[in-house]
Amino acid sequence: MRRAAVLGTGQTEHRTRRTDVSMAGLCREAIDRALADAGTAWDQIDAVVLGKAPDLFEGVMMPELFLADAIGAAGKPLLRVHTAGSVGGATAIVATSLIRAGVHRRVLAVAFEKQSESNAMWALSIQPPFSAPITAGAGGYFAPHIRSYIRKSHAPEHIGALVAVKDRRNGALNPHAHLQQPDITLESVQRSPMLWDPIRYDETCPSSDGACAVVIGDQAAAEASSRQVAWIRATAMRTEPTFYSGKDHVNPRAGSTAARAVFKAAGIEDPLDDIDVAELYVPFSWFEPMWLENVGFVGQGQGWKLVESGETRIGGALPVNPSGGVLCSNPIGASGLLRFAEAAMQVMGRAGKHQVPGAATALGHAYGGGSQFFSMWVVGRQP
Amino acid sequence: MDTLAAPLTIAFDYTRSLGPVLGRFMAGLRERRVLGARTSDGRVHVPPLEYDPVTHEPVTDLVEVSPTGTVVSWTWNPRPVEGQPLDRPFGWALIRLDGADTPLLHAVDADELHTGMRVRIRWAAEGRGHIRDIECFEPGETGISEIAEDLEPVEIMTTPIRLHYQHTTSAEEDRYLRALEQGRIIGQRCPACRKVYVPPRVCPADGVAPDEVVEVADRGMVTTFCVVNVPFAGQRLTPPYVVAQVLLDGADIPISHLILGVEAGDVRMGMRVAAVWRDRSRWSTTPENIDHFEPTGEPDAPYESYAEHL
Repeated sequence: MRRAAVLGTGQTEHRTRRTDVSMAGLCREAIDRALADAGTAWDQIDAVVLGKAPDLFEGVMMPELFLADAIGAAGKPLLRVHTAGSVGGATAIVATSLIRAGVHRRVLAVAFEKQSESNAMWALSIQPPFSAPITAGAGGYFAPHIRSYIRKSHAPEHIGALVAVKDRRNGALNPHAHLQQPDITLESVQRSPMLWDPIRYDETCPSSDGACAVVIGDQAAAEASSRQVAWIRATAMRTEPTFYSGKDHVNPRAGSTAARAVFKAAGIEDPLDDIDVAELYVPFSWFEPMWLENVGFVGQGQGWKLVESGETRIGGALPVNPSGGVLCSNPIGASGLLRFAEAAMQVMGRAGKHQVPGAATALGHAYGGGSQFFSMWVVGRQP
Repeated sequence: MDTLAAPLTIAFDYTRSLGPVLGRFMAGLRERRVLGARTSDGRVHVPPLEYDPVTHEPVTDLVEVSPTGTVVSWTWNPRPVEGQPLDRPFGWALIRLDGADTPLLHAVDADELHTGMRVRIRWAAEGRGHIRDIECFEPGETGISEIAEDLEPVEIMTTPIRLHYQHTTSAEEDRYLRALEQGRIIGQRCPACRKVYVPPRVCPADGVAPDEVVEVADRGMVTTFCVVNVPFAGQRLTPPYVVAQVLLDGADIPISHLILGVEAGDVRMGMRVAAVWRDRSRWSTTPENIDHFEPTGEPDAPYESYAEHL
C-alpha cells in the first residue's frame, strides 16, 4: 500500500467559550497553525476533509457549505465526515485513505466543535413522542457502564480519581488544554461532588470550543519535508449498534476488532511493548482502564492495575494522554482528531512540555455514539 | 392501519460568535449602514466574507455600500411559512447593492417583482446589531448614510431556531404502545438470533424485522444503574434518585427506568424489581403508564444471570 504521513498539526486554544471567533475563525486558527507546522502552502493542498459531530450541536445544517471558502476548499474536493464523537479520528482516516489511494498528494483534515453556540446535552436529550421520560443527564448514559466495569474487574474505587489526577496534571503541561489544574490531588478529586454515582465531578470532561487540523501527505511530500513527519503505519475503523441484546458495553466488539486490525496492519505484536505512547478517547476517567483492556494493551480485568501502578503516567511503561486528553479539553467534533494529532506530535518530537522522551510509535484512538464508532491509527518516526 | 403519530417541536436559542468581520457587519446594521468585504481581487462582497477566497488571508478591508440595490434575479413565494421575513406573499430576490459586486438573498415586500427593479432596505424599527435589523427590502431608493466613526464589533448574535416534526411510530412501536394501554408489556422475537426485544424493533444485530410477539413480565432485575445526584435542565425528580437498566423476565435486552421506593444507596446490581403502574384511569398509549420500578423483596439475581447484559 502507498505510504502516508502527517506533515504537520495545529490546534486552537480550547476554552469553554471562544466568543472572540466565529466557527470559521475557530477552524482557521487550527488550520493556519497546521499549515505552518507542515511547511505547506495553500496551493499545495489538493483536498479538504471536514469533521464535526451532530449538526444540532451548533444548529447549522451542513456547516461544510458555509465554511467551504474559509477552510480553503473552494475549487477543491471537500468531504464532510460525521461519526459522532469519533468523527475527528474518522476525518483523519478519510484524509489518509485519499492519500493512500493515490488520489491526492496533500490533504487537509480539520475538525471542530463550538459547544458554546448551543448545549450539546440538550441536543442529545430530545425526547420524541411516546418515549419514556427517564432523564438522567450527561453522565447518565456512561455511569452504569462504569459500574459494570468496576463489578467485572473488581477495580478499587480510587482508580477513576488516579486517572483524573494524571490527566489534569498532564493538561497543565499543555498550553492548548482547556482545563489547567497543576495542583489537583487524589484527595481533591475524591472530595469533588459525586454527580452520577460512580462518576465524580473531577472525573468528567469539560465542554469546550476548539478545533484541530492536520496536513497529511504522500511519500514524496513526506520525504520533501524538512522536518520529522509522523508516518501513518495503519488505520482502522469499526462500527456496531449502540444497543443490541448481548452487547458488551464494557468491552465493545467494535473497539477490540478495530484495535486488533490496526495493530496487525502496523506489524505490532505486543502493543504494550511496541507502543510508546497512547492518546485514548477518555471522556470520563474510568474509561482509561476500560479502553486499556478493550484495545488489548492488557488482558480483561487488568487495566486498572496498569493505572494503579503508575505506568500510564509520562515516564511509565505506556504513557496515556500526555496531552491531558478529553478530560482536559472536549470540543467534541475535534476531540478525536486531537487524539490522532497528539499521537503524531509525540513521534514528531513536537509535543513540547508533555513530550514523552524517545516516543517512536504512538496510538491515536477515538470512539463515539454510545460505543458505536471506533477509529484508530498507529503513527511512527519510521514508515 | 395507521400507526400512532404525534407532533414534536424542538427549539433552541443558538448563539453565534461573530468574530471581527461579521461582528463589524452586524454593528453596521445597527447604525443602518451596510458593510461589504473588499477582497484581493478588488471585489466587494455583501454579506462580507471572513477570508479571501483567492489568497486565503483574513479579510480586514470593510467598505460601506448603499442600502439601495438592483434585483438581479427573483422568485415568488405565495405561501410564506413560519420564520420567514414576511407573513404575506412576497418575492425572494438576489439583490446587488450599489457598490457591491455580489448579490445577497432577501425578501422583497412588493406586489410584483422584475429583474432590474430598484429596491432598498426596510430597516427594523430598532437596530440591535443583528441580521434581522434588515427587516426586508421594498421598492424605492435611499442614499448612502453619512460616514460615521469606526464601529465596535458585535460579539454575539442570538438566532432562535424552531423545528416542527411529525413523529410516526413503526408497526412494532405501535403494537408495543397499544399493549401498554392495556397494562401489558410485549416484546418481539428476532427470527434470526431468537432474542426478545423490548420494546420490539428491527433487530439491531441481524437487521431483520421481528416476528413472534412475546408477552414479558412487568418485573425483572437491575443489571446496572447510576445514582443521579446532580440537578439539570428538564429534570422531573429531585436528586438523588436511581436510573437503572432493568432486564424484564422474558426479555433479552434491558430497558431504562427509575427505581424508587428504596434509598438510592441501597439499590444493587441484581436487585429484583417490579413495575409500579400509574392509576388505570390514566393509562394511554405511552410508556409513562409505568411510573417507576420498586424492589420486590425477592433474593438478588446471581451475577451470572445478567453478566452478558452489561
